[in-house]
Amino acid sequence: MLLIDCPHCGLRDEVEFVCGGESHILRPDIVASDADWADYLFIRDNPKGLTFERWQHGFGCGAWFNVARCTATHEIQGVYGMTEPRPVLP
Amino acid sequence: MSRYSLFSLARNALSGHRHWPQAWRSPEPKPRYAVVIVGGGGHGLATAYYLARNHGIRDVAVIEKGWIGGGNTGRNTTVVRSNYLFPESARFYDHSVRLYEGLSKELNFNIMFSQRGMVTLAHSRHDLDAQRRWANSMRMNGIDSDLLDRDGVRALAPGFDYSEDARFPVMGGFIQRRGGTARHDAVAWGYARAADALGVDIIQNCEVTGFDVGADGVTAVQTSRGRIGAGRIGLTVAGNSTLLANKLGFRLPITSYALQAFVSEPVKPMLDTVILSPAIGVYVSQSDKGELVIGGGLDHYASYAQRGNLPTVEAVTAGLLTLFPACSRMRMLRQWAGTVDVVHDSTPVFGASPVKGVYLNCGWGTGGFKAIPAGGWCLAHNIAKGEAHPLTAAFGLDRFASGAMIDEAAASGIAH
Repeated sequence: MLLIDCPHCGLRDEVEFVCGGESHILRPDIVASDADWADYLFIRDNPKGLTFERWQHGFGCGAWFNVARCTATHEIQGVYGMTEPRPVLP
Repeated sequence: MSRYSLFSLARNALSGHRHWPQAWRSPEPKPRYAVVIVGGGGHGLATAYYLARNHGIRDVAVIEKGWIGGGNTGRNTTVVRSNYLFPESARFYDHSVRLYEGLSKELNFNIMFSQRGMVTLAHSRHDLDAQRRWANSMRMNGIDSDLLDRDGVRALAPGFDYSEDARFPVMGGFIQRRGGTARHDAVAWGYARAADALGVDIIQNCEVTGFDVGADGVTAVQTSRGRIGAGRIGLTVAGNSTLLANKLGFRLPITSYALQAFVSEPVKPMLDTVILSPAIGVYVSQSDKGELVIGGGLDHYASYAQRGNLPTVEAVTAGLLTLFPACSRMRMLRQWAGTVDVVHDSTPVFGASPVKGVYLNCGWGTGGFKAIPAGGWCLAHNIAKGEAHPLTAAFGLDRFASGAMIDEAAASGIAH
């Protein structure tokens, strides 16, 4: 069970949240190759270890934010704003 | 390979079962193989078997980081079915069901394939409409399916909540009678034993740490037990596919999630078919030992942990109780999770990879077990001939750029 630190509401149970998948994926230029579009739409880093993903406090305040989380242990290593860059973690 | 038979059973019983031969060898890896299969689950072992049996390629090693069948092959809910919507999926998965039908005899290993039928439940008018389309489309693809009304479901599974005020009223459904369950471990062991008998080396406790790639494609795998040369390589590592693809320098359209399952304490026979309720998000069958085998949807965030979280257990068991109020005091014996390789359109990623000589067999999501025989069959063809088998030609990695998706994600019963 995850306890997620919503920037507005504080620590809440994971059932209140929705995971929106990997973060920091940039939409390509309007003129882009099919391969670049496929990359943007479908290809994912899917790392084993530290990942950066979007979460929404869907059954709470509704806010979207970013979470740095380990996919091997589920440990949450940081919570940061939607428009902030990836944090540098130890 | 000494054959298993009633006679050999009797003979070994007389000597107290102390003289059964080893089912497969544990050889030291050779310096080089014509084909190296990475991943000793069902798909990898089946690929090795069909390489030897169908194509005469016996210089094959299956490399497994843990023990064979210890990943998703040993962690699924053993359901075999081919009730898919689109022709490409239907043809492939029905080939798999047909291979399952003859597998015990073929491998001389009882995989306990029980075609007890697979029932998908309808709980609303919309479900009935959608399933009418689904079941008819199966028939058009040459696969058996029968629509059921409420009484038809009730005759098959009288234990559901059929009361007037049921939260999810059972309004009907459809059945694939050739669907059912198989003993999952036996599928891995049967393929392993049969492949070994044809000369395939099965090398356990051997983790791939990297690949040697030359100008002409892949030349070797680096492993925890040293370098092993390889003419061609098949990757059958399910949820770990991204990690090996990264070592080869490419990325995949895969996200790895935990998929949980659990079994109850053994109880008297109460369910002799497989039941899926897409609306409730639960599927259940009863094992020969009497345990209910229960599964549901994915945990909702990426994970390689091979363990699930409690909210999904709660949701799935709540679903089970909605359907089966009689289970309210049932205790669960075991709970576990596998790391499944989920793709956007819930169709496998199969065939040539961006690295010459490396072939993919992944992206099964939550449904890889039923695909084992056909997955092995087609990957062996792909590796031996260097071109896709007709049954998997539409499953290539190129479909993500071309847009030719086969969107079973929207079509299949349960989220996967």
